[in-house]
Amino acid sequence: MFKGLALVAAAVMLSVLSAHVDGSAQGTSAPPRREGGLYTMPVQGNVHVIVGAGANVTVQVGNLGAILVDTGTAQSAGAVLDSLHQLTTRPVRHIINTHSHADHVGGNEQIGASGAPISGRGVAVVGAGTSPRAEIIAHEETLNRMSAPAGSQAPTPVAAWPTSTFSGKHKEFFYNGEGIQIVHVPSAHTDGDSIVFFRRSDVIAAGDVYSTVSYPVIDAQRGGSITGILDGLNQLLDLAIAGEKTEGGTMIVPGHGRISDEADLVEYRDMVTIIRDRVQDMLNRGMTLAQVQAARPTMEYDGLYGAAPGWSASQFVEAVYRGLKPERSSQ
Amino acid sequence: MARSVFIHVAMVLLLALVTTPAGAQSFLSGDWVGLFQEDQPERGPGPELGDYLGIPINAAGRQYADSWDASRLTLPEHQCRAHVSPYIYRGPIRVRITEEIDPGTQTVIAIRHFLSTYAQERTIWLDGRPHPPDEAPHTWMGFSTGEWQGEVLKVYTTHITQGWHRRNGIPMSAKTTMTEYFFRHGNVLTQLSITEDPIFLEEPLVKTTNLLLDTETTPNQYQAWLFCQADDEVPGRDPADVPHHLPGKNPYLTEFAAKHALPVEPTRGGAETMYPQYMEKIKAMPVQAPAARR
Repeated sequence: MFKGLALVAAAVMLSVLSAHVDGSAQGTSAPPRREGGLYTMPVQGNVHVIVGAGANVTVQVGNLGAILVDTGTAQSAGAVLDSLHQLTTRPVRHIINTHSHADHVGGNEQIGASGAPISGRGVAVVGAGTSPRAEIIAHEETLNRMSAPAGSQAPTPVAAWPTSTFSGKHKEFFYNGEGIQIVHVPSAHTDGDSIVFFRRSDVIAAGDVYSTVSYPVIDAQRGGSITGILDGLNQLLDLAIAGEKTEGGTMIVPGHGRISDEADLVEYRDMVTIIRDRVQDMLNRGMTLAQVQAARPTMEYDGLYGAAPGWSASQFVEAVYRGLKPERSSQ
Repeated sequence: MARSVFIHVAMVLLLALVTTPAGAQSFLSGDWVGLFQEDQPERGPGPELGDYLGIPINAAGRQYADSWDASRLTLPEHQCRAHVSPYIYRGPIRVRITEEIDPGTQTVIAIRHFLSTYAQERTIWLDGRPHPPDEAPHTWMGFSTGEWQGEVLKVYTTHITQGWHRRNGIPMSAKTTMTEYFFRHGNVLTQLSITEDPIFLEEPLVKTTNLLLDTETTPNQYQAWLFCQADDEVPGRDPADVPHHLPGKNPYLTEFAAKHALPVEPTRGGAETMYPQYMEKIKAMPVQAPAARR
């Protein structure tokens, strides 16, 4: 009898262990949960991702509450909250914005209002009264892009603005049992980009410095540049460490697209570098923008990255071209 | 040509079904070693630069391969990359196949392959689970589900990390899917793989690979490939540099044709070069002259 019970218990434990081992996003045995068309997937450690909100929303959960990296579009905010409530019943404590674009900060106002800071932080939001809200953290340039001087019309509502900014290279704090590094990437996708590294979970939220579904979007009007994008991608590679058998290890959540590891990231970095080098070579040979675009320096990658809505291969080539200068010494 | 591929695959499968004796053992479990009676130069020493023969690459795949510089493999992030599942069975390989049994029902819920090359572990789920969503991570082996069709195991694989169709720069995209059939004739296990890559191939790449049952395998035969650690192979190089050839400037693309007295055109690959009737066309092409010795 006891032997039989022991066998049953062992079987149950095996089953649980097996489920745990396969608890990564690829090994998931159940269809992904859907709320308003959104998916929620585990990344690893304390970190999950909500997909389908316009941009990827990275979520760290723990006893102290939730941290969100980006909030998706304003239209998706309710669905993001629904998805979040499947991951945790604790309030949102912090929102970290990787940059100022509406598909990444659109949910700030609604999701921020649903949250609550710890020990009063985040209360002093200009124009938001004294009701408790989640703290919104971003680089200072992101606040500058979202706000406007007094008397001017700001591009985003006041309640969506970052309430805690940093102007140096990085900001760090410890939360839910792990160190969190927010690293500024200057002049990449915009001039206010940050990547967010959850050190114990070993997950990086890369914002739009990295995407698996488009060429890097370079918002030159907001301070973006090809040089900054490449610096950011190389910085991500420096932070990421491949796991055993060169896969897994540090996982990277791109601004758009699939959860990645170093092997995916390096292919993307290589692609951007090769295209930059080709455009640089053409520029050195005196080719005009039209000639460079006609030469299709992105050709073999267009099937992977050239069909993104609003950002064509031609636009990417133009942004690269305009971000480079002829080099005299090059052949 | 797609129809022709279909007919070839159908014939191989039919042959497998016809030649498998009724009641023959269909279990695949055991230790299997690669046979090298096919395409040995590619599988041992490795393919030559500029040899795209027989690979149905499209223009994008060709441009990627033309740009590829073997020095890319010296980058730390590339040094220890594993072969992907559509390629790995053709390497110098041992495969240990085991079954995972559901302890409650005693049914086989998965077949596992431990592949000695890069110590890869592959799971083929037989329990009907769905494939993950597009945003799930990719791996060298991908995510595989299978079903028995008589005594043939059919496997479908998605979520494969970007790799190569041939290890001389011919890329395999992360959008690749693979359908495989495993069938056993006594001590020989045949893998028929049909690789579809919408980015870099213009037709499916169809391969068969044979493995031989090895009843005398010892554990240490699986341990040689376990560890790989990247080193600084080019001291002083800017870590942001990516070796590659600019368009039109790869000096090695005609080397293979010249060395083997072949016309250049077939070495550029493409679906047409897969088919026997292409041989007649090659005979009418001019042969590449050997490069002058320096």
